[in-house]
Parts: sequence; C-alpha cells; structure tokens
Amino acid sequence: MTGGAPASEAHRAIEAVWRIEAARLIARLARLVGDIGTAEELAQDALVAALEQWPASGVPERPGPWLMATARHRATDLIRRRRTLERKYEELGRDADRDPAGQEFDSAVEEDVGDDLLGLMFMACHPVLSTDARVALTLRVLGGLTTEEIARGFLTPVPSIAQRIVRAKRTLTEAHVRFEVPVGSDRAARLASVLEVIYLIFNEGYSATAGEDWVRPELCEEAMRLGRILVALAPDESEVHGLVALMELHASRLHARVGPSGEPVLLLEQDRSRWDRLLVGRGLAGLERATRLSGGMGPYALQAAIAACHARAATANETDWPRIVALYDALAQLAPSPVIELNRAVAVGMAFGPSAGLDVVDALVDEPSLKAYHLLPAVRGDLLRKLGRFDEAGDEFTRAALLTENARERELLQRRAAECART
Amino acid sequence: MRVLILAKEGERSEAATPPTPAAMAEYQRFNEELVKAGVVVGAGRLSPSSQGKRVQFDGKKRRVIDGPFAESKELVAGYWLWQVRSMDEALEWLKRAPYDGGTFEVREVSMHEGV
Repeated sequence: MTGGAPASEAHRAIEAVWRIEAARLIARLARLVGDIGTAEELAQDALVAALEQWPASGVPERPGPWLMATARHRATDLIRRRRTLERKYEELGRDADRDPAGQEFDSAVEEDVGDDLLGLMFMACHPVLSTDARVALTLRVLGGLTTEEIARGFLTPVPSIAQRIVRAKRTLTEAHVRFEVPVGSDRAARLASVLEVIYLIFNEGYSATAGEDWVRPELCEEAMRLGRILVALAPDESEVHGLVALMELHASRLHARVGPSGEPVLLLEQDRSRWDRLLVGRGLAGLERATRLSGGMGPYALQAAIAACHARAATANETDWPRIVALYDALAQLAPSPVIELNRAVAVGMAFGPSAGLDVVDALVDEPSLKAYHLLPAVRGDLLRKLGRFDEAGDEFTRAALLTENARERELLQRRAAECART
Repeated sequence: MRVLILAKEGERSEAATPPTPAAMAEYQRFNEELVKAGVVVGAGRLSPSSQGKRVQFDGKKRRVIDGPFAESKELVAGYWLWQVRSMDEALEWLKRAPYDGGTFEVREVSMHEGV
C-alpha cells in the first residue's frame, strides 16, 4: 500500500467502522466460540481482511454484516477443526461430552446482539480478574481501543498493557468463566463489578491520578459511552442509570475545572456558566429515572444526587449543603468507606462550620487506607485555614503536595501552602 | 467530540404530511441503534419553517421575518447531537441513516469558552 490519499481515506473509514463494530463483533463471536481471546482473534482476522480489500473495493454498503460474515467463516473453520479434534480425542477414548458451540451457530447470527454485548461486559469485568485487568480488557474489547491507546490513557508502558490483556484472557479461560448474562443473586454482584470498572475508567479521566494533565476527557467520554450502552442493555437497573447520571453531572464540569494554563479549578471557584448544560440536563433526568426505578437510591444514585445539588445551585453560595450532608449520611450507611467519610467532612464543614468538619476529618487521621491519600491533608488543610490556623494548614497542604502524583494538582497544593505562609 | 447533525431534507423539510409508517419504523430502528451504541446525546425534529421566525440584525435595528423561508435546500428538518470519537465515526454512522434524499451537515460543537 502506498499510503496515497484514497488509501488513507479508506483506512480512516475502516478505523471508524472498527470502532463502531468491534464490540458487537467480538460479543457475538465470544458467544459462539465461548472465549474472549478466540473471539478477538477472529474479529481481528476480519479487520485484516477489510484492510486488505476495502482500500481497493471501497467500504461495503453494510460494513458490519461484512465483517461478521468474514469472521463467521473463520469461526466455522475453527469450530470444525475443534470438532475434528474432539472426535479424535473421542476415538482415543477421551471424553468429549462438551456441547459443541456449533449447534446454535446459524440462528445466533441474525439475532439481536444486545444480550451478547451484555454477556461480553460481564465476562470482561468478571471478579476473577484484577481491577487493572478488567479495565484494560473492557477498553480493549468493548471500547475497541488499541493497546497503544489504552497505554496512553493510563500512562502505562504499552508492553505492560499488552501483558495485562493477554493474562486476563488466560485467567478467564483457566477459570472456565462462562459467557453468560448472570441472573438471580449472582447478577447484582456481577453488575456491581461492571459498574465499578466503568466508574474507574471515568475517574482516571476526571482526576488523572498521575501525569501532567489534570483531566483526560477522552477516558471520561469512553466511560460515559460504555455507561450509555449499558443503560440501553439493562434499562431496568436503577444503579446503571445512577452511574451514568453521576458521570454526566461530573463531566458537565470538565471544562470549568481546568484553568487557562491547565491548572485545576476547584468546584466552588468554577465559572458555572461554563458547565455543560446538555450533560447537566441528561444527568438530572437520569437521576430521576434511577430514583423512580428503585424507590430508594443506591450508592451511585446517591452520589449523583449529591452532584445534582451542585448542578442545581446557580452560584456556589446557593448550594444546599445540609441536603448534601444528609445524602452523604445515607451513602455512608449504604457503602461505608473512609473516602466517603472524608467527603462527608467537607460537606459538614460547609453546612455546619469548619470546626464541625474538622471533627469528622480528625477521626480519620489514623485510618490506614488513607495514609497515602493526598486529599486527607488537603481537606484538613482547608478546614484549618478557614479556622485561621494558617501554620497547621500550610503544613497540611505541603504534605498533600508531596503525596499527589499529578503535577497540576501538586502545583495547586503548593500554591495554597504558600498562601498560608503569607497570611 | 460532540457533533451536531443538521438534517437538511430539502422539500421534505416543509412537508405537512408525516412520513409513511414504514419510513418511520426504519428511522426508529436506526435511531435505536445509535442510542444503543451510546452515541446520541440529543435529538429533535423541527416544525415547518412556515411556523418559524427569523430575526435580522442590522446595527442597532432588529427585524422579525415570518416564515416560510424560500431557500428550501438549506432548511433544517431536524437535528441530532452525537458524542463520537472522530468526524470519521460520525460520517460512518450518518451513511447508515435510512434516507434517500437531502443533504445532512455534520459540524463539530467546539467548546464554548467562558462567557
């Protein structure tokens, strides 16, 4: 290929088709062959075929079915080979009572792909995998991202991500994880794992834990897209709506939380006219659906409800802090965690004064899981500053600056420490 | 990136008669596919321009003009807001839309700087 204009145009079109089709293709294939690794290889084979043929023939009118048909041919070959192998094993007296995947093959091709996608999500986010592995595998097979793109998003070397994905697939095979949409009591736990992965991806984009950039919006967008897909696949799950609402409400502030030179701008100092009203509206509507579906609110819906309190306040001064405290109280009961307690402290400080907030924070100082968490000294510093205890506040900001791995956040915290020293 | 799709359906933008049930069903199927892919973040259909107004600015003067408007090729019948990863992805989706006439315009929504 010479890389001339038409060829590169075709490549860009193929890339776009791949982004649209990859997840559906892999999902369907995974159901047919039973494992993600093989499904992805088959899908990749189809992509290679497209790259070979489309630059000359043009992108077909219905590229999705083209890719599926191509992958399906290869899958049929593979299944036939496997059956032959099984038969050979049988002849050797080995047991081969496993249901060959081929029977439902033909009918499966024309069916709705929705359940397949859901099955793929559950498989890629299976609790048998580490969180890192779930995140990488999800972005790869459901987001259609390349290993390089995932590595860039997480500031991790490409070989590490590649390794992580290979190992994740192997783990799934070794643990005999089945391609299924779980039902019954298992479903809630498995769904929680899917939601956790999506939220992790979002948060990595929303407040990048490391690196030069304070936010990486592409990861947020990827997470919201996965969330919206899940909403369409599981519309009766309140917490799915809750999570998407939470992400949309937070993402509505993405552009306002970065200053002109890339520095972080804290929530109460943001220019609210820069909040994305479309996302605010979607988030509030999603929260309403979440609440209507469940009667009560789950942890994600509660967090969305907290974000909604900010979204509804035209100015920072109009924030309904007592309501936020009440929501944090409910959240702390439902899903107690030191991080939530720390956030509650901020709200208590705003609603009932800094010294009330400080009481809550001080109870957390010896919490082992927050030992290296930069926001603990950052919040404590803020409350101390409001109480006029500037020396102590400055020390806390300095400590927080040493703990964060994000360069932009470090600068902000150092600046706050310097302000305390000057006062 | 967020893109705005302006559906310039030509003469049909002004049609008082609704589309046939079959065309409607096909459109709905397409829209559903978009929603399921997490692409749609907003959408709307516009009333005919006969019910629309224009406001013309000339220095300090403002002049209100009643519809219908003449340049039927430019008339917008509806819009979508899509969240996509690239212009190419938007084009790939749009090519799948079940229309047999009209010109659809795809424009990136650039981020509004603090006003």
